[in-house]
Amino acid sequence: MATFIVRRLIAAVLILLAATFLMYNMVALSGDPLEDLRGVQTPNTAQLIEARIRLLHLDVPPPLRYFIWLGGIAGCFIGQCDFGMTIQQQPVLDVLLNSMDQTLRLVTVATLVAIILGIIIGITTALRQYSAYDYGVTFVSFLFYSLPIFWFAVLLKQFLAIGANDWLQRGGQIHWWVIALVALASGLFWMSVLGGDVKRKLITFGLAAASGGLLLWYMSVSGWFLNPRFIVFGLDFSLLAIAVLFLTVALLVTAILTGLKNRRSLFIALGMAVLGIALYYPVNFYLFNPQVVPMNAWIMIASFLVVILFGVAVGHLFGGDNKAANRKIAAWTGFLVFAIMVVDRHMQLWQAYSQSGFIRGRPIATIGASNPGFAQSSFFVQGVDAFTHLLLPSIALMVISFAGYTRYTRASLLEVMNQDYIRTARAKGLTERTVIVRHAFRNALIPITTIVAFDIAGIIGGAVITERVFGWTGMGSMFQNGLDRVDPNPVMAFFLVTGALALLFNLLADIAYAALDPRIRVS
Amino acid sequence: MTTNIPQTNEPHITDAEANLELKEVEGLSQGQIVRKRFFRHVGAVVSMVVLALIVLLAFTSVGLSFGGVRVPGWWQWDWTQNPRPINGGVPSWEHPFGQDSIGKDLFALVMRGTQQSLMIMVLVGLIGATIGIVIGALSGFFRGWVDAVLMRFTDVIITIPFIVIGAVIGSTFGKLGAFILAIVLGLFSWTGLARLVRGEFLTLREREFVDAARVAGASNGRIIFKHILPNAMGVIIVNTTLLMAGAILAETALSYLGYGVQAPDTSLGLIISQNQEAFQTRPWLFWWPGIFIITIALCINFIGDGLRDAFDPRQKRMPSERAMRKSDTAAADAAALRGAEVEDAMSATASVGQAQAPGPDARAPRVEGDTAGDNPDRDRD
Repeated sequence: MATFIVRRLIAAVLILLAATFLMYNMVALSGDPLEDLRGVQTPNTAQLIEARIRLLHLDVPPPLRYFIWLGGIAGCFIGQCDFGMTIQQQPVLDVLLNSMDQTLRLVTVATLVAIILGIIIGITTALRQYSAYDYGVTFVSFLFYSLPIFWFAVLLKQFLAIGANDWLQRGGQIHWWVIALVALASGLFWMSVLGGDVKRKLITFGLAAASGGLLLWYMSVSGWFLNPRFIVFGLDFSLLAIAVLFLTVALLVTAILTGLKNRRSLFIALGMAVLGIALYYPVNFYLFNPQVVPMNAWIMIASFLVVILFGVAVGHLFGGDNKAANRKIAAWTGFLVFAIMVVDRHMQLWQAYSQSGFIRGRPIATIGASNPGFAQSSFFVQGVDAFTHLLLPSIALMVISFAGYTRYTRASLLEVMNQDYIRTARAKGLTERTVIVRHAFRNALIPITTIVAFDIAGIIGGAVITERVFGWTGMGSMFQNGLDRVDPNPVMAFFLVTGALALLFNLLADIAYAALDPRIRVS
Repeated sequence: MTTNIPQTNEPHITDAEANLELKEVEGLSQGQIVRKRFFRHVGAVVSMVVLALIVLLAFTSVGLSFGGVRVPGWWQWDWTQNPRPINGGVPSWEHPFGQDSIGKDLFALVMRGTQQSLMIMVLVGLIGATIGIVIGALSGFFRGWVDAVLMRFTDVIITIPFIVIGAVIGSTFGKLGAFILAIVLGLFSWTGLARLVRGEFLTLREREFVDAARVAGASNGRIIFKHILPNAMGVIIVNTTLLMAGAILAETALSYLGYGVQAPDTSLGLIISQNQEAFQTRPWLFWWPGIFIITIALCINFIGDGLRDAFDPRQKRMPSERAMRKSDTAAADAAALRGAEVEDAMSATASVGQAQAPGPDARAPRVEGDTAGDNPDRDRD
């Protein structure tokens, strides 16, 4: 394994060297970096030109200048990174560090959401092949494939941001016919996804439509969209809603991983959920209280790890004869329960956030990556702020890859479901759940890992466009500014980061491939 | 193959499917089969008609302008004229798509933009396909160091996102007009296709018919062009279509960013870019070009889907139940007339068995952008 990774890394570095050489020369030869100075006739023009030539080594021809640049990059290995200067005489490294986290955040969120949603929807369409739901998703994914990302982003800005903000300012009430439509849609959706005979379909439809409609009606009359808490007669019943959510998560995780008939697993999952309910107030008062714990991203990640490890321990201690599956169940339940708590903590701040002086009741942002007004606020307020700013760009960015992942997952799962060993598994009398989750799903994931790795270059390219539409000053704008002024250094910094990211993802895909398919031995 | 011929009055359902399959391909050449399957795909046929109409509309309405030669069309305005803005440019009988802020007729602009986008799309597709086929064929057929060199080169190009390299190209060649831009973009769009063609060649070159050709003394060139390439045509055509769909989206995106078609001329992306701030006041400036982009890309994607269904028999649509029943009764009638000749039925079943079993080539690397993984067998679980 180690030799494999080392060999792949060396190959990746060589490819990156060749690609950067190509890019550097193409950018350097794309125009005249002195054009803006040549146009003006001031007494010191000659000096300015001279200064810029010295700053950017313009007297060296591009193929050789590349090696000056490469020398600066190589300095990173001895702790002295030098990405060169921009044409505005700023160190590129500073610009890069300022803009990198925005773009990486956007790309990561969009990729993760697209993968998760794409796989879930792909699986359901494969399991309900040729249903109305399947055809609907097929058509929608074709449409998404054909959407120009910038056009879609402008539409999102208009309707999802300005429209939604107007609506929130009017009080966040929903018309009865919208509620009826949503209820109908949710009924049809669940009916199509869950399937079964006519009677079961009708029952599913009725239940889903009624619960969807009721929930939406309640949200509308209680002003949930302005303040996402469950308040009845002035009392906060949010813990009740949270408790229901926790228990549902426990049931769902058990149903997917071992089936509800496995009592021990069910009790372990429910135990984790009950523990979550019991710890809800302590966690909120201590861990999530900025005055007690100075929360930051690292502490948050560490807390998640602790929760997952705790779940693994619980699953191991009470796992009985099926320790492996129960460890997984307890860890997943713990993870999801804690994630809901984190989301809930953010939602508690929603009203205060959207009514603060910087926002004035129009929370969904259309410009920029964060509101500078909240720079000094707590981790959770910044989290809400990041959410409102990330929402639209990540939707715009994930749409195309989401369509791809759905189609690939569907095709791949259908392919696997047609294999002989699936027939064998069914013939053994295994339940449909076991066949799908244990036998089919894992194998269906193998081709998807490759697609995801390939897709990352496309997502980065899309980020350049998305950043432009939403006015982010991320790496995309650094790239564009550099390119417009024939300034290779910032362009190369952009390309170095994204190219390395793409190669890293390819490497990860290879490793995941080997992990998923034991027949593949890496050597 | 020892097959039990069902003696009951209700033949097994597989036979119905087999009959359908057999009747469908009886006495047809490969090309005829593909055409027949393609025209059965409703979405693809509709898309082809729509696309043809768009092409016709775009090229006849405002005429052509190429290399200084100007052929006028039937539409009264063209994209360079600035008629007086009427009523703030709201769509009217005079200007059905409306006018932009300085009075240009939007219909003429959109038609010209469509021309440019189509032209770039076709050029990028053709050039990308040609280079992709050559590189993929060479490295798949010769393997060894040729393969190593060409594939490492492909790796290098594929590392650079297409939008990024497109932007760099656009900032260099954009001023030279859409034609040059399209050619240079095509020079960098072949990577995905090259990999797929290589995979296809790697599998096909191990097949018996290639050995047979070699034993018969065929040269490498003859084997590549006469024996392997025709068999790889399915993958090539389907993916060239998808490449074109990608190219039109990339071109509009580049024009939107300012690295595509430049100002006196126009393109669909450029119209949106110039007018996105006016969405509140003049929404039609934004809607029309967008709708044309989506329609073209959607049509191409559907055509690609239809082609894939047509070329890859493994992924065909399930025949409808009615068609199967009909075929059942027809087969039963025929059998009754013939007095149920067992020999015939056996050979029919056997040959169908061959036709249905996917050969090793059908298992070859999946088509990029492979979407509809439909197999008739899957329906019965």
